[in-house]
Amino acid sequence: MTTTDDYALFEFLLRQGDNALVLGHRTSEWCGVGPVLEEDIALANTALDLIGQTQLWLAFAGEVEGKGRDANDLAYFRDPYDFRNVLMLELPNEDFARTMMRQFLFDAFQVPWLDALTTSSEQRVADIAAKSLKEAKYHLERSAETVVALGDGTEESNARMRNALEFLWPYAGEIFSDDEIDESINRKRIAPLPSSVRDVWNRVVDQTLSDAMLSRPESDFSHKGGRTGFRHTEHLGHMLATMQVLQRSHPGATW
Amino acid sequence: MKSSREWPLWEIFIRGQHGMSHRHVGSLHAPDAERAIKNARDVYTRRNEGVSIWVVEAQNISASSPSDKGPLYDPARDKVYRHPTFYDIPDEVGKM
Repeated sequence: MTTTDDYALFEFLLRQGDNALVLGHRTSEWCGVGPVLEEDIALANTALDLIGQTQLWLAFAGEVEGKGRDANDLAYFRDPYDFRNVLMLELPNEDFARTMMRQFLFDAFQVPWLDALTTSSEQRVADIAAKSLKEAKYHLERSAETVVALGDGTEESNARMRNALEFLWPYAGEIFSDDEIDESINRKRIAPLPSSVRDVWNRVVDQTLSDAMLSRPESDFSHKGGRTGFRHTEHLGHMLATMQVLQRSHPGATW
Repeated sequence: MKSSREWPLWEIFIRGQHGMSHRHVGSLHAPDAERAIKNARDVYTRRNEGVSIWVVEAQNISASSPSDKGPLYDPARDKVYRHPTFYDIPDEVGKM
């Protein structure tokens, strides 16, 4: 990287790519153990969509960095503190309720966010966003429907969704926490500030939670530290150990 | 698992990229028709197989009984004149 501009763009691209990578890996953990065959395949499809998006973001990040690292290098040979995903996405799946609630809270951000990125001044960002947006829209339809079906389902499914929402809520706000990297990216019209899509997110979340017979938690407190890399949860290291072990043991292995 | 808690079974019909009619591709479980379409999208079109999906609840399909095979189908067997095989179809007509 030669300039501070490149540094901001690199960080921005890592944030996009790492969100997709970490959620994609978490989602892939359901493969073969989904609650029913149909959901198992749907989750695997979602995971593959996200890993596909990761490849595009991280490949671009590697080029901007200019040190010869490709998407695989960035995914498999960075340590937890080098990751730039929001904390919510690295938390363990726990159960289907938490998995789908998290997917929904993320999708509800991702759709207006990617939509805004399609007009980026950086053509490659716009192209990746346009491709990812179609997938994100489908993910959102599916996750929102599931939140409603389970929230407005049985006593147990409602209780599980309530627990999931209360657990995840203190992590949901991090995605909107603008910092100087976002401001630098915004000045160059590469992306708007993340906080600018919060109103849309609020509307979709409020409507869906109300359809799901769930109450939105009051507090706006949010844990932070993922998207800056300042402090990840203890869960990321364990996840990466599983995700990276093959490449770390057999660097460059392919099939 | 009690059967009342199982999602109903849906039969899935998909029209492929290349046109033609919807074809039965299999079945799956889903709580309702809309969800059945989504599940079908995920289970049966992940390799770009379809442009249109029909779903129908399996219990709504009436099927002919195998024991009626004789009266239903045998009478057509010796009526070769019902087949359009007695004239040549020009190549330009394409697939019929």
